[in-house]
Amino acid sequence: MATTDTPATAGTPAEPRHGLRMFLIWFILALAADLVIWFVWYPHIPPGRMSNSAMHQQFDITVLALSAAPVIIAVILYFVYAIVVWRVRPGDDSDGAPIYGNTKVQASWIVGTTLIVLWLFVFGTVELVVPHGAGAGEGPSPIWTPAGLTSAIWTPGGNKVLQVQVIGQQWTWTYRYPQFGGMESTELMLPVNTEVTFHVTSLDVIHSFWAYQLGVKADANPQVDNVAFTTPQALGSFVVRCSELCGIWHGAMFNYGLVEPQTAFQSWASGVQAKEQSDGVLAALPPFALTYDPTVIPQLGKTLTTVIGITGAPGYFYGPANPVQP
Amino acid sequence: MAIETQPDRAEPAGSGPETGGPGGVTRPWWLRPGAHFGVIGAAIGYLLGHLLGDFVGGDFSRSALSDTNDVAIVLGYAGGTIGWLAGLGVFNDPFRLMLGKALADEGRLHGTEEPGLGKYFRYTLDHKVVGIQYLYGMIAYFLTGGLFAMAIRSELLSPTYHLIGPEQYLMVVGEHGTMMMMMMSSVILGPFGQYFGPLLIGSKRVAFPRLEALGFWLTPAAYVILLSAFLFGGFPTGWTGYEPLATQATEGMNAYFFAFGLMGISMILAGFNMIVTVINYRAPGMRWSRLPMFVWSMFTVSFLQVLAVPVLVGACYMGLMDRTFQTAFFTNQLGGSSFLYENLFWFFGHPEVYILALPGFGVISEVVSVFCRKPLFGYRIAAAGMLGVGILSFFVWQHHLFMSGINADMRPLFMLTTELISIPTGFIFLVGMGTFWKAKIRFSIPMLFALAFYFNFLIGGITGVFVSDVPADTTVHGSFFVMAHFHYTIMGGLMFAFMAGIYYWLPKMTGYKLNETLGKIQFWTMFIFFNSTFLPLFALGLLGMPRRVFEYARNLETLNDWVSISSFLLGGSILIFLINFVMSMLFWREREVGNPWRSRSLEWQLPTPPPPQNFERVPVILSGPYDYGIPNALPVADLNPPPGVIGGAYAETSGVEA
Repeated sequence: MATTDTPATAGTPAEPRHGLRMFLIWFILALAADLVIWFVWYPHIPPGRMSNSAMHQQFDITVLALSAAPVIIAVILYFVYAIVVWRVRPGDDSDGAPIYGNTKVQASWIVGTTLIVLWLFVFGTVELVVPHGAGAGEGPSPIWTPAGLTSAIWTPGGNKVLQVQVIGQQWTWTYRYPQFGGMESTELMLPVNTEVTFHVTSLDVIHSFWAYQLGVKADANPQVDNVAFTTPQALGSFVVRCSELCGIWHGAMFNYGLVEPQTAFQSWASGVQAKEQSDGVLAALPPFALTYDPTVIPQLGKTLTTVIGITGAPGYFYGPANPVQP
Repeated sequence: MAIETQPDRAEPAGSGPETGGPGGVTRPWWLRPGAHFGVIGAAIGYLLGHLLGDFVGGDFSRSALSDTNDVAIVLGYAGGTIGWLAGLGVFNDPFRLMLGKALADEGRLHGTEEPGLGKYFRYTLDHKVVGIQYLYGMIAYFLTGGLFAMAIRSELLSPTYHLIGPEQYLMVVGEHGTMMMMMMSSVILGPFGQYFGPLLIGSKRVAFPRLEALGFWLTPAAYVILLSAFLFGGFPTGWTGYEPLATQATEGMNAYFFAFGLMGISMILAGFNMIVTVINYRAPGMRWSRLPMFVWSMFTVSFLQVLAVPVLVGACYMGLMDRTFQTAFFTNQLGGSSFLYENLFWFFGHPEVYILALPGFGVISEVVSVFCRKPLFGYRIAAAGMLGVGILSFFVWQHHLFMSGINADMRPLFMLTTELISIPTGFIFLVGMGTFWKAKIRFSIPMLFALAFYFNFLIGGITGVFVSDVPADTTVHGSFFVMAHFHYTIMGGLMFAFMAGIYYWLPKMTGYKLNETLGKIQFWTMFIFFNSTFLPLFALGLLGMPRRVFEYARNLETLNDWVSISSFLLGGSILIFLINFVMSMLFWREREVGNPWRSRSLEWQLPTPPPPQNFERVPVILSGPYDYGIPNALPVADLNPPPGVIGGAYAETSGVEA
């Protein structure tokens, strides 16, 4: 491609230096936008700072916005400038200058975009690895794990990891605490300042466990253990939603969780454990397993339900009493 | 260099039963194969297929919930499709060849054209007719999908269930997504690609006109089958069709898989035809370095179609097997894998979004050059950008699965490949911006749409960076943020490019131009209300609203109402387009047969409408299509070259290709 012109420096005396003008306007606007993003927007960017993973996501989104704003402003500014300055004047029937390309401009564009991309990649990877997967589902055998100790019993204090198994089904969530005798609860209670390991799985179709304020999201696949980590840092309630389409009541598949002080959490959890123990529920629950199958309960020495045609094609999977899938 | 080498295969008139040429025996229109026979054939085929399905599958796959069974429905769809094609006469020529008979006479091969509107309802070998068929088809599919979007937004006016129930809501969501993503995949490739592809490369025909026509005639079948899901209660999976929800769903799911598979076949056929046409049917002198950017985009997209779509067809087939013959490809409990479906679907699904986006780049590049009155800046980098996007699009599919637990350790790699795509996509912006430098910008309606395209695609592209970044994606995955992102690239990018293409090319396709005042009103309302609809969705997503829900947190109601009202107004702007289109084509009929844009491109050098064989003689291409501003540039082609001359006999061009 022949180089016929050098746009950035091609100003004849009569013609203003477009490149310099644009750069100055861009610099002021971009600086202003980035200052606003950092000082005004940053503290309010979702998902907030309730956990360490949420905090990292908030920081990550902010840094991406800081990188993106100058690019957006540059492109829009260029087009607005071009529209204003190079629009055709009435009566002008001529063509523009035959510029076929410019090696310098093209090369610097390529280098520039490549540098931005590499920066985004390095930054994103660091933000993924440092907070142990950033709250995202890491599959059955995560490699970026927190340092805490996993023991059979969880007690307040120390550096112990709380394990929570999250079981999705149409259209509700069940939480299972293996360190409390495998008791199950429909409400998600978590102790503050404790590393939590979520083992997310599903009984039927694909769901996605999204604890919004905690910045945790992991798909719940049947027969798959999807692990995600977070450390709640503030007390309060948070929303748990399903974020993968799972059938007609997908929109209604949400509930609320609570981050409590460690001792309050322990007394709640032990209380539920004792109650389920005395009610005989715990004995009837299936043992903790990474893939959870409620139809098989070996403690009772039998299989609870008979599943006919598990592929569900003939409509047997749920039986006529259950809500009909469209 | 490709020259017309196809021998004139038509036998003497009268040999085939549907001879339509001059001097032949012409049957009345209703006795010749066409859409009316197709409908009859489809009805018969469906009944036969359904009976067969009841016979072979009635014992083991009859639903407990309804008195139908999946095998019967799937075989009914298959029979209906075959009947439809048979009624259209798709199989006539293959059977004639098998029986050793001469092929039916196709008037176009003699340079005659069938008069009247009948040809638009027939299986025809003229790529220009196929282009018009695609145009009307795509507008119909787009309007259908748009009405579903209105229904979705109506339900979302309130944070609780108030208008349509959750079942109906999910049906409508699935139909909207599937209609837009699958039926609309050819929205530019179909009308403009088929019509102008051969014209732009100086060819008299496409390589495989029968495959091309078959590609179109599969789309009405897919459309009807997709809509037939409503009769069986719809499908609950949205356009992604995730397993095992799809296996659990009732009979409407068959429509999704079958229709998507049919569209897949249509895309493969169209892509195959386009690749061979562009490689082999370029006129002498139409070097790769002179290929219009729109042809480059179609060429790239055709490779995506041929390489990516078979994976989808396979996935649809396996999904149907799971539903009908009780295989377990995707059922984890029986040794299958729901991850397998996700991988297969997105291995197709990501190239698919570039199948949608790249033709938009092509149209915009053509429009920008003409209305800036400047050569395209960085022609090679523009072509490289298209190819780069096309190649990279095969290596990014797992960014849809960052939260799924598949290959979690590979996420940095997929983050890198995804972000790398922004480099070739950036080329498209560089080309646009460079072309605007010191241009003489004319604000015609296509140019307005092109400018809006750059704005919308910029927002869509930059927000794509947030989605590609795993920590940020943990918040926005599966939320309205993602939904807003891809609506900005597809609705804001592709549909604005489609509108630019319509206003730019319709005078060439029909000989009538669209009303400019209405066009300007349409542009401004569409641009303003598009942004007003989709910009707040980014905020909604960040605030925690997942996709495809019919209820949401009460504090999001104000924003949602704003979005809904904007979307109705956006629908109003599409209505203005429709009024403009109908009135301009049927009633006002303002003739425009010249070259209103003073474009150098080859298609505008032809008479309007183009003759049946496109070119009297195969043209010789003399210079590139974008040589604006050169004082005495050669014309783009010699449309009536002396006999025996091919490209080399002409002098070199005006120093463009130094």
